[in-house]
Amino acid sequence: MSGATLEASAGERALLNEPTVGDYLALLKPRVMSLVVFTALVGMVAAPGGIHPVLGAIALLMIAVGGGASGALNMWYDADIDGRMARTASRPIPRGRVTADEALTFGIVLAAGSVLTLGVLVNWVAGGLLAFTIAFYVFIYTMWLKRRTPQNIVIGGAAGAFPPMVGWAAVSGSVSIESIVLFLIIFMWTPPHFWALALYRCRDYERVGVPMLPVVAGPAETRRQIVIYSLLLVPLAVSPYFIGLGGIAYLVTSVALGAVFLWLAFDVRRITEGREADTAAKKLFGFSIFYLFALFAVLLVEQIVHKALM
Amino acid sequence: MSGKEGSKPMSRMPAGADSEEARRRQRLRSLAIALALGFLVVLFYAATIVRLGGNVMNRPL
Repeated sequence: MSGATLEASAGERALLNEPTVGDYLALLKPRVMSLVVFTALVGMVAAPGGIHPVLGAIALLMIAVGGGASGALNMWYDADIDGRMARTASRPIPRGRVTADEALTFGIVLAAGSVLTLGVLVNWVAGGLLAFTIAFYVFIYTMWLKRRTPQNIVIGGAAGAFPPMVGWAAVSGSVSIESIVLFLIIFMWTPPHFWALALYRCRDYERVGVPMLPVVAGPAETRRQIVIYSLLLVPLAVSPYFIGLGGIAYLVTSVALGAVFLWLAFDVRRITEGREADTAAKKLFGFSIFYLFALFAVLLVEQIVHKALM
Repeated sequence: MSGKEGSKPMSRMPAGADSEEARRRQRLRSLAIALALGFLVVLFYAATIVRLGGNVMNRPL
């Protein structure tokens, strides 16, 4: 092979590694972002009072960008372990599409930009809450808890629970018991959701030294904790009806889906061996996503109908 | 190990890669940044008009 050919192939390789706009979008964790946007929207619609549609759209966009910035900063910090886990190996940094420094700069610019824009254009309660959410996810969860304690996703889960509060604050300019209840629902939902995933992704976490509960305390204790958190979650998820946030449709949905959630959680506890155990955990993981989506979707529809009839 | 330790050099372009394709991708990135900045200008303009509301027209001499 000639020197010219070698040089060309090195150039080709470099070109293939050049980041595209899509790689930067992947840094924002679009799937997580969609849940952030959806729950923030519910917080905005459920909040008392109203907001001009343009300002509402700006608030939602900035919450999405802030959530994306958290994702980029998380990928910057976790680049070393992401490359060694099947679930995260195809992220832009492990694949060499984006350098860690680029991801860090991108994340900082988006985080600062989203907080400042939300604060200046909407209000500073929402801006401050968004800043706290990003800081909590990056410093408390990613840098401090994730690699140190099996309680990582219990406490760190708060970061994912803040968006409805930020949305609520964007409209009302305050924090209230209703927005705290929305926060608590996601907060209590996170442990059974992630531990169900961790039960069948246990080896991945073990290999990279992330002390997820199944790795540290074993699958039996994880199954017990899943049931405990599910028992706390289901009544809490019904509570919006009793504080006037949800209507009768919400009551029926939260009770019916809560019963299914508990059924699947007890299944995870009961079936502990073989492929069936993995299947039970996968079922709970999949259903937990639908459960949260359905609860917030019903709240959203009820609030829209309620406000339209007022 | 933190993300910092996983950092790579900023430039991944050997001299031979300075081709038309590389310039095209750089142009695309520049365009994306320009569009984002332009979008921010529109965003701030629209929000200012919305916040001022009817007072936009209130300009007593």
